[in-house]
Amino acid sequence: MVGKWTKRIYLTIAYIFLYAPIIFLIVFSFNSGRNSSSWDGFSLKWYSSLFDNQRILKALYYTVIVAVISSVISTVLGTLSALGIDKMSGWRKKAILNINYLPVLNPDIVTAISLMNLFVFFRLTFGFKTLIIAHVVFSTPYVIVSVLPKLRQMPDDLVKAAQDLGATPFYTFRKVILPQIMPGIFAGFLISFTMSIDDFVISFFNTGSGVTNLSIEIYSMARRGVSPEINALSTLMFISIFILLFLANGRDLIKIDRKRGKIND
Amino acid sequence: MKEVLNLQDSNKDIIVDLKNITKKYDDNMVIENLNLYIRRNEFITLLGPSGCGKTTTLNIIAGFEEPNSGDLIFEGKVINEVPPHKRQINTVFQRYALFTHMNVYENVAFGLRIKKLPEKEIREKVKVMLKLVDLEGYENRSTDSLSGGQQQRVAIARALVNEPKVLLLDEPLAALDLKLRKEMQLELKRIQQSLGITFVFVTHDQEEALTMSDTIVVMNKGRIQQIGTPEDIYNEPKNEFVARFIGESNIFDGIMHEDYRVSFEGREFQCVDKGFDKDEKIDVIIRPEDIKLEEYGQGMLNGTVTSVIFKGVHYEIEVEANNKKWLIHNTKHVKVSEKIGMNIYPEDIHIMRKAREVE
Amino acid sequence: MKKKNSIAHYPYIVWSIIFIVVPLFLVLYFSLTNSDGVLTLENYQKLFKPNYMNVFLNSMKLAAISTILCLILGYPLAYVLSKMDTKVRNFLMLLLIIPMWMNFLLRTYAWMSIIGRNGIVNTILKAIGIPAMNILYTDTAVILGMVYNFLPFMIIPIYTVLIKIDTNVIKAAADLGANKFIIFKRIIFPLSIPGVMSGITMVFMPAVSTFVISKLLGGGQFMLIGNLIELQFTTVGDWYFGSAISILMMIIILVSMAVLSRYEDKDEKEGGGFLW
Repeated sequence: MVGKWTKRIYLTIAYIFLYAPIIFLIVFSFNSGRNSSSWDGFSLKWYSSLFDNQRILKALYYTVIVAVISSVISTVLGTLSALGIDKMSGWRKKAILNINYLPVLNPDIVTAISLMNLFVFFRLTFGFKTLIIAHVVFSTPYVIVSVLPKLRQMPDDLVKAAQDLGATPFYTFRKVILPQIMPGIFAGFLISFTMSIDDFVISFFNTGSGVTNLSIEIYSMARRGVSPEINALSTLMFISIFILLFLANGRDLIKIDRKRGKIND
Repeated sequence: MKEVLNLQDSNKDIIVDLKNITKKYDDNMVIENLNLYIRRNEFITLLGPSGCGKTTTLNIIAGFEEPNSGDLIFEGKVINEVPPHKRQINTVFQRYALFTHMNVYENVAFGLRIKKLPEKEIREKVKVMLKLVDLEGYENRSTDSLSGGQQQRVAIARALVNEPKVLLLDEPLAALDLKLRKEMQLELKRIQQSLGITFVFVTHDQEEALTMSDTIVVMNKGRIQQIGTPEDIYNEPKNEFVARFIGESNIFDGIMHEDYRVSFEGREFQCVDKGFDKDEKIDVIIRPEDIKLEEYGQGMLNGTVTSVIFKGVHYEIEVEANNKKWLIHNTKHVKVSEKIGMNIYPEDIHIMRKAREVE
Repeated sequence: MKKKNSIAHYPYIVWSIIFIVVPLFLVLYFSLTNSDGVLTLENYQKLFKPNYMNVFLNSMKLAAISTILCLILGYPLAYVLSKMDTKVRNFLMLLLIIPMWMNFLLRTYAWMSIIGRNGIVNTILKAIGIPAMNILYTDTAVILGMVYNFLPFMIIPIYTVLIKIDTNVIKAAADLGANKFIIFKRIIFPLSIPGVMSGITMVFMPAVSTFVISKLLGGGQFMLIGNLIELQFTTVGDWYFGSAISILMMIIILVSMAVLSRYEDKDEKEGGGFLW
């Protein structure tokens, strides 16, 4: 119907479109000039000045710390909640699932200002704590949504089998339930972490006292005029994404080979 | 049905005793006033259609469900309140319930690890058990690399390695193909006899029950219909439900004139039952394989063949006589619309009280 | 076997009431109040004035255009990908997702440089001899930003649904005499509709409520709902009015979702499923 070459050209254009800004950022991180409109020659100076830029480094620090802490909290809170919710039934279960879904459905600006209203109402100072709370609020639903299906997919009999063989409820949780739902927990953690690293709107409205993150920094710089140090930072982030991906997929590839080996026995 | 029939050697002692057990879900009575005892080293099967309460009974023995009333007595002690992980009873589940995140060794060793046995001892026991179920060398295999039959055997090994006093099996062979199922039936019987453990087996397959059991408990709608050895259940069904559920039967209305003499389908027959009231209305049961085929006019009854299906072992023949359908299993080849005669020996006529199934 | 009641979910019930339910009620409350603490509808009345209504309509217009563009551009892409060999398409999907992991502000900011007055596009155009185009700070720029950021959200659900279509169904259709075109029109497309609906939802919602894209690519004067809200809560300081706008936007979104959810995949309700 549609020619093979048409398809290929279409794909290529689409992917160029998707990668255009990224390539742009990377290329101009090596530009010796400050201006992003003309190429002034190759230089690595922005990379070295990046490591001296205290603002950016502080923002990077906060970004990572907040992401790690809030993801861990969300994952624990979300997993425990999923365990409890799984055992619920009826309208109560529907209600809590719908409420849980609200931060996911709502535009982030609504979640952002609603939390801001809450914090103001309780006269809390905006800063690190409010930022963490905000991140946990919007991340936990994703953890729950990740873990619940794994709980439902787990064969009913597994828990019975473990108890039948002598395991106390706690032992059953540790050795049977937890390993079974681990992929869901891990995926939930990953999503929380990713969303937290990238978050702008919710953080923007719920932080203060000098606590900032990368997105907020970039936002304030974008309107004044961005330093190519940001380009350098983007390039480094891009490279680390690639490395992480390679590590993750590399492990998967090894797992698949092992399984194939077993089936061939 | 309060009385429990006991047709085996009475010297064996009772290991599990269910007294007046009742279980209901909301308003649904799943088990009603169940009384059953199980003897040591017995292979006893709970047989019945879906929903008859057999799996619930098993769950109560295992501890996954608590009876609403009645007592569950294990080795003389009431264990209603004892949680499943503390009972010396193990279960083989219908869908195996293997721990997919562990390999075969870890699955089988699971219960032993909980008992905190030394590693060396665990290794020994697992090895012996894997040998018993014919899975030697499979220790490091992952569960999803195994076939259905192999998974089933791992489940059996995992349960048996804990040396339970009673092993419960919940339709363990239901998911296997026919040939494998038949092999496993013999395997399980062999294992039970060599280990001397009490097996409580649940199935809806009457042929399976007849093959494997020392005792069969036929259940329907939460009540026990009959308890007995396979031969007794097959040859002397106590009511219409059991007669229809076990094997195939021809059932006719009849009148018992006096001892050893019965009328049905328009003529009198000699039979081997007695003890009924004069001219009592009863049910007559004749197994399809017990009807002899003769030339037309040469038998006690005459009819026309309406269907012939080849079943390998025999032909399944349907004969119409007096507007009633007779089911016959015979190796003789007959043709549809052929006229045929039928003969029945007195010992093949089984008389059953008219009381319908125990409601 | 539902065992004895678990208490594991109680903390979350408390948590979600405090941090999800109460905040939203506060927004509702603020929207119905004014600085004197009196219950009033004046915030909503203000909202329905023409200049503010224009902002709403403009937002929905731009979001709708972006959504349609994403659909037009994204569906063929999802379709082409779904037809490829598993290994190839997994790789291409991965390539598709990677840019989403880069900070979204950075990517949006990058466009500023590309389409700006002195940006790459204009530099190239000048080199060829075409006069510079004013793309930045226009509707077009905002739409571009929306499409760029949200296109993967359209592609992924459609792709996911397309690859789940049982190939036997397609074989059956071919067996019954259907050619490729008919197969697409009568079988593949209808089956892909839940994915399309998902995609529309996942694009329209953030598009209608964005404020970063309009701020960066539309400029300081460019007003979408998101910018309006942000303005009330930061510069202007009229939280009451800001809350009213938020409530109205929430209503728009919940209504759109209710309409769109009729077409969604029923299995995905009840606790997730977009991952597994």
